[in-house]
Amino acid sequence: MKRIIPMWIAIIGGFAMMLSSFVPLAESAGEMFADVFNVVAAIAFVLGAGSLAKQHLEKLSRRDAGWGYSIITLGSFLITLFIGLLKIGIHPNPSFPQAAYSGSNDAEGSAWSWIYEYMITPLTSTMFALLAFFVASAAFRAFRAKNTEAILLLVTAFIVLLGRTFAGVVLTGWFPDWASGLRLENLSIYVMQVFNTAGNRAIMIGIALGVAATGLRILFGIDRSWLGGGDA
Amino acid sequence: MSGGNVNSTNASARPWFERLDRVDRRWIFLLMFLAVSGPILWIGVTGKTLPEAPTLAARAVFQEINQLPARSLVLISFDYDPASAGELQPMATSLVRQCAAKNLRMVFIALWPLGSQVAQQTIQDVIRDDYPALKEGDDFVNMGYQAGNEAVMKLLLTDFAKAFPKDSRGEATSNIPILKDVKMVSQFPLLISVSAGYPGSKEWVQYVISAYNEKMNFVTGCTGVSAPQLYPYFPQQIAGLLGAIKGAAEYESMVNESLAVDGVATAPKYLQAQRRMGPQLVAHLLMVGLIIVGNVIFFARKRRGAA
Amino acid sequence: MRITHKIPRRIVTNQSCKRVAAFVFMLMCYAGAFAFETRGDGSVPIAPTARIVVAQNTSTPPQESATSTPVAVSATPARPLFNSEKTALLLWIVFIGAAVTVSVWLAKSGRPIRIRRIAALEAVDNAVGRATEMGRSILFVPGIQDMDNIQTVAGLTMLGRVAKTAAEYDATIEVPTCRSLVMEAARDTVRASYLSAGRADGFSADRITYITDDQFGYVAHVVGSMVREKPATCFYMGCFFAESLIFAETGNAIGAIQIAGTAESSQLPFFVAACDYTLIGEEFFAASAYLSGEPAQLGTLRGQDVGKFAVGVLIVLGALASTILIVTPNSAPVVWFFDILQKVLGG
Repeated sequence: MKRIIPMWIAIIGGFAMMLSSFVPLAESAGEMFADVFNVVAAIAFVLGAGSLAKQHLEKLSRRDAGWGYSIITLGSFLITLFIGLLKIGIHPNPSFPQAAYSGSNDAEGSAWSWIYEYMITPLTSTMFALLAFFVASAAFRAFRAKNTEAILLLVTAFIVLLGRTFAGVVLTGWFPDWASGLRLENLSIYVMQVFNTAGNRAIMIGIALGVAATGLRILFGIDRSWLGGGDA
Repeated sequence: MSGGNVNSTNASARPWFERLDRVDRRWIFLLMFLAVSGPILWIGVTGKTLPEAPTLAARAVFQEINQLPARSLVLISFDYDPASAGELQPMATSLVRQCAAKNLRMVFIALWPLGSQVAQQTIQDVIRDDYPALKEGDDFVNMGYQAGNEAVMKLLLTDFAKAFPKDSRGEATSNIPILKDVKMVSQFPLLISVSAGYPGSKEWVQYVISAYNEKMNFVTGCTGVSAPQLYPYFPQQIAGLLGAIKGAAEYESMVNESLAVDGVATAPKYLQAQRRMGPQLVAHLLMVGLIIVGNVIFFARKRRGAA
Repeated sequence: MRITHKIPRRIVTNQSCKRVAAFVFMLMCYAGAFAFETRGDGSVPIAPTARIVVAQNTSTPPQESATSTPVAVSATPARPLFNSEKTALLLWIVFIGAAVTVSVWLAKSGRPIRIRRIAALEAVDNAVGRATEMGRSILFVPGIQDMDNIQTVAGLTMLGRVAKTAAEYDATIEVPTCRSLVMEAARDTVRASYLSAGRADGFSADRITYITDDQFGYVAHVVGSMVREKPATCFYMGCFFAESLIFAETGNAIGAIQIAGTAESSQLPFFVAACDYTLIGEEFFAASAYLSGEPAQLGTLRGQDVGKFAVGVLIVLGALASTILIVTPNSAPVVWFFDILQKVLGG
């Protein structure tokens, strides 16, 4: 029973979403299922927060390696929650001056805005910037001319890497107009718009058909492995 | 900075290419740090930027905005967060600047939780600082973030006010002058998305543009890694495309050129993309160098193996 | 190299009944939606798109036309039962659905199905075995999207298989998740896998944890735990974005064997460069059918290939027609054929 009910919810929801695309009268049914998902996901936040708290409290109580970080995690979690819920430093909406909590969290000068600007922005930007370092290390290790395909990949990489910067203009900008198609900046555009587009379209068609087949497997109840496998 | 798991005696006995191949990756990280930080400092001191030759995709973005009549409605979706702001913020700044300069009416929305904050920051930096005559509610409005990803897009097809019932200030959509007559997304002749992933440009194409391809145009700016995924949609579904900081720099140079005033230097905040092309140039050259070194190692090892 | 799954003939009863029931439920949904939309007096509300829009002020300058005031006139056309603009799309869905259903039926009737060997899936058992031998854990990352993304569902399918093998080998599996709902679903999946492996006592819900919805906060946690705990095997199965290379490079640095699978085409090059095995796009969705070996599931792969063949034929025909049209722009039969082709494709 624990698997039959979720399976039928998936089947009904899936067909309703499909119908809502084709039948105008069923549009609201599709919207309703999307809303239901959002509500369920929001409720699951409580479970997620509970899991996070449990995980770090246990780490603290056991004095596991790095337990100090758990204090920072829990502290940050509680402070942000407190600031967000109580709307610290936010003035009421001018339209509703009597309502203390009517202001928006986005308002300038609010505590939440401060957290956003001075904590979230630098922290997440730093993590994203790590990509530059990992790309360099991966390029050093992975781009080896092992066979014909790898050589083609290498040549393409050089064209795009140089063509996407001023280096391409410096190296091949002197090519006469009749050979302008061979300038690196033009070649890189050609590679992106022709070879890349062709390859990507093929992959996308394959993925789309894969998604359709997977969707049908789930809708028909053929594939129940996402419920833990086995018979319903 | 030596490889912790490499025995030092054995390491010295290895041929040069083996040692080079097993070099601690932190040396590569250090090289990348120098390759990026050097040009940043140099450009910061000298203020010089590299020239840009706009490509077709970037020119198309400029043209799509430029051809709109004044007071046209533009929907601008901020589908990114501060993590990718380094790559996407310069193009968002230039897009908003061109729209403001053209006196277009801008409606900002966000499908990413922190996108609303990024939009607010852009409004502050561009509109409030440089176009103070534009009034919130009449000329622009930030509708804030709405959860639901594609569901929000689908809702926009039929009922804008239902998808965004109030703006980021808490004002009801029905009371906002700029949105008084807006019932659905197809009433916007132009949709702009600055996108870092999901939900973003691809979903806008699949759920909105495919339904209204003839009524509304769509231009987008995206991160470097997602650009190859979007090229298949250009120019049919996506009328103009800015790929990564390179696309942003090309577009920024066009906007700056169109709004240049004799004797007045362009503010540094409107040169961010072009300034970042310097570090990008050196970083790309470093990567080319690393790939060459990697292949020298590969062939040296192959020759030794053959001998 | 090809391997052949010989399918035994089976009597089809249970599944067919369920499919019929699914169809009945579909009709019920439709009826429910109709009832939900229909007003109490039986009339049907007007869709915004069906309203007749008239510009109030015809003297409005041209530049204002895009924003001129639309007025809903009291005409009450009934909402169409079907969105005819999407006929081509519906026909394609019916075609793919029919191809899949026929293939499933053929597979069940005992027709052998040849499936290309997928190296990444063949390596799953070895990768789990390696973790057991080394006495280290297995890390499974189910992507960073929620349960409404089909890639997450496909990732959990793989998780079920990996967890079952891990339970049989008595290896530890860690699953940090980026969404609360995925955490709950992953717990159910792993629990069921441990049960089916006869190791219910080995299951620990605490190893499947929620970290944060924030992309890079999640990345920081996962990468940190990888560096500290050095898992022997890392699986990345689901929807990934910029974090793909960070995960894969960190896994490479700690010497883990890595198997990835995603349908995000922009992230595939990173996984291919840094992982030992990668399930590319449709292979990722085929994984559950491939691993199950069930005729019904394998049949869907054949149906998928039929769809791919049809798309390939249309691409070739379209390319040929376009080329002929460029060479001979006034060729009436080609123009007619091109027009038909566009209609078939919904363009």
